Amino acid sequence: MMSGESIYQPQSAFMKWLERRLPIASLVHSSFIAYPTPRNLNYWWTFGGILTFMLGVQIVTGIVLSMHYVPHVDFAFNSVEGIMRDVNYGWLLRYIHATGASFFFVAVYMHIARGMYYGSYKEPREVLWILGVILFLLMIITGFMGYVLPWGQMSFWAATVITNLFSAIPLVGSPIVTWLWGGFAVGGPTLNRFYSLHYLLPFVIVGVVGLHIWALHMVGQNNPTGVEPKSDKDIVAFTPYATVKDAFFVGVFCIVFALFVFYIPNYLLSPDNFIPANPEQTPTHIVPEWYYLPFYAILRGIPNKLLGVTALATSIIVLAFMPWLDTSRVRSASYRPLYRQFLFIFFATVIGLGYLGSQEPTGGYVIAARILTVYYFAFFFVILPLLGLFEKTRPLPNSISESVLQHGVPAGAPAPGVHA
Amino acid sequence: MKRYHRLAFALALAVVLCGAGAAVAQEADAPPRQRWSFWGPFGLYDQAQLQRGFKIYQEVCANCHSLNLLSFRNLADPGGPNFTEAQAASIAATFQVQDGPNDQGKMFKRPGKISDLFPPPFANEQAARAALGGKLPPDMSTLAKARSYEWGFPWFILDAFTMYQEAGPDYIHAILTGYTDAPAGFAIPPGGQYNKYFPGHAIGMPKPLSDGQVEYTDGTPTTVDQYARDVSAFLMWAAEPTLDARKRLGFQVIVFLIVFTGLLYFTKKRVWHAVLHEPELEKPRAPTGYQV
Repeated sequence: MMSGESIYQPQSAFMKWLERRLPIASLVHSSFIAYPTPRNLNYWWTFGGILTFMLGVQIVTGIVLSMHYVPHVDFAFNSVEGIMRDVNYGWLLRYIHATGASFFFVAVYMHIARGMYYGSYKEPREVLWILGVILFLLMIITGFMGYVLPWGQMSFWAATVITNLFSAIPLVGSPIVTWLWGGFAVGGPTLNRFYSLHYLLPFVIVGVVGLHIWALHMVGQNNPTGVEPKSDKDIVAFTPYATVKDAFFVGVFCIVFALFVFYIPNYLLSPDNFIPANPEQTPTHIVPEWYYLPFYAILRGIPNKLLGVTALATSIIVLAFMPWLDTSRVRSASYRPLYRQFLFIFFATVIGLGYLGSQEPTGGYVIAARILTVYYFAFFFVILPLLGLFEKTRPLPNSISESVLQHGVPAGAPAPGVHA
Repeated sequence: MKRYHRLAFALALAVVLCGAGAAVAQEADAPPRQRWSFWGPFGLYDQAQLQRGFKIYQEVCANCHSLNLLSFRNLADPGGPNFTEAQAASIAATFQVQDGPNDQGKMFKRPGKISDLFPPPFANEQAARAALGGKLPPDMSTLAKARSYEWGFPWFILDAFTMYQEAGPDYIHAILTGYTDAPAGFAIPPGGQYNKYFPGHAIGMPKPLSDGQVEYTDGTPTTVDQYARDVSAFLMWAAEPTLDARKRLGFQVIVFLIVFTGLLYFTKKRVWHAVLHEPELEKPRAPTGYQV
């Protein structure tokens, strides 16, 4: 549909020779140069590029870190400290990698929020969206395993708490947990396999990112109006238009990232993780990294363990069903006044759950978490299906270019009449 | 439309506050924030202070607390206490380090070398507990990053903007100066001491510092407060020895990124100019091969 035909013309004799044997140049040309993108994409659309960039950053720093890291219960903590102290620029690599995980999640939450706001999950982008949910799940697993590797107190106890969730599964729960641990408690075998998987999964992510981009290029990008491009006037070529815009915003993102890496690298780290793991001493307060807190709050809000774990899993997997839970035919929240309100409340709910997840699960906090959990699920299972039936949407523009011109030529430019 | 905006905002705020509300009362006193030379984006360690702090570590803390991750050579590292290599070597020589086995298969003691790690005060955990009435003093290598204090919502958000990274040294300083008489009715468990800032208030460590205990040669006041300040700074360096290098490099990186991103911004403006401002010029855009 939008995957532009290859219009690549090899110039040199060598490129002509190569094109007949391996048309890689025309693949790159049609995917990253001539690929048509809607002309009205805003900066929320740059997070896809930012995520790709962050994946690269994590893999490159991670490969170098793994050259110095020792996955053994007796040496893991000290090897990480050794990286911080004795490896040339080891502190930089490690802080980029640790802070990078957080910023990776910042970017993915922005990316998901944008998809939810502009209805990017809707037909024909269901597979693209589901691949995105799979990527999010892979990121969660990879990030969790990476957090275990420094083998501090929080590493150890987070591993214990999270792997124990599987024990809630009836009948086979306990054998599964033993199998995951490679023993009868979190220990050496657990650390070794987490290290192995933490190295493997990023490359699985690379593969799924490939599929994600492939699917994207089949159906084309959504845009703030949610109206598909209809003519040449609605689109611009990926290069230079999208590339330069992405590059600029990657730069902005990097500035914030660098402020954290160089000035407050310990802000997002738990002080408890600077204490070596001690299986005999439970920290007073076990909390996961900030990016898991909303889901952790859902888990803890429910008194029954199996139900809690089911709710935790559902809260993430439900995203994959959004294309069918949302019955509205209008994509963009800009034309769905009610959906917009409910969505903003949903975003606030997630932030609220995140805060509650960081607090002790007592009294008012648990009640608040339960109220927010009810809204979290009601949003998907009640509000989304019903809104499509009852909501009165605003009229859609006929085309992207019309919507751009309707608002006058964008701010700061002379009105079209003045030009003509 | 405006009305909707306000409604949504109010609801969103209510939901967030619903989470943030009912803030629990904080039980222990909050450690007062101190002024540190290594505060903020340009703050670096004060080398004279690190040297004084090391003196306190060596004369007081080292009797019970190990510093396992540091070597004597670190004392001469740039961005540290800035001892000369000769000074670091002579400090090392005052320690007895276990080495071996020798040709006879025996372990032996010898004076420390600059490449040695700081030797621990006790051979192992059991030895420490046996000597100290069952208590185990924590290793001090990462202590300043392993201790913190919850300021609660919304202060922790503010901390990101003020670049507050000194909760550890603030906490250590507070503990060292927080030995007071227990309030009436507070039962101190045997072997414990009352400390205003320690979680639960019953601390196992006896009051380690008193006025005039360690001699300073540079005229710095020899008070508990000053000792606590100096040794906290030293421990921050021990936990984060690359802070100086990090902040120096950080400044260069941030300046570069701002200039580079600025250039990208103007490039972007230039590239998009025709699309945004001359919509009648549709053709000159890159050919896309787009088909309806």
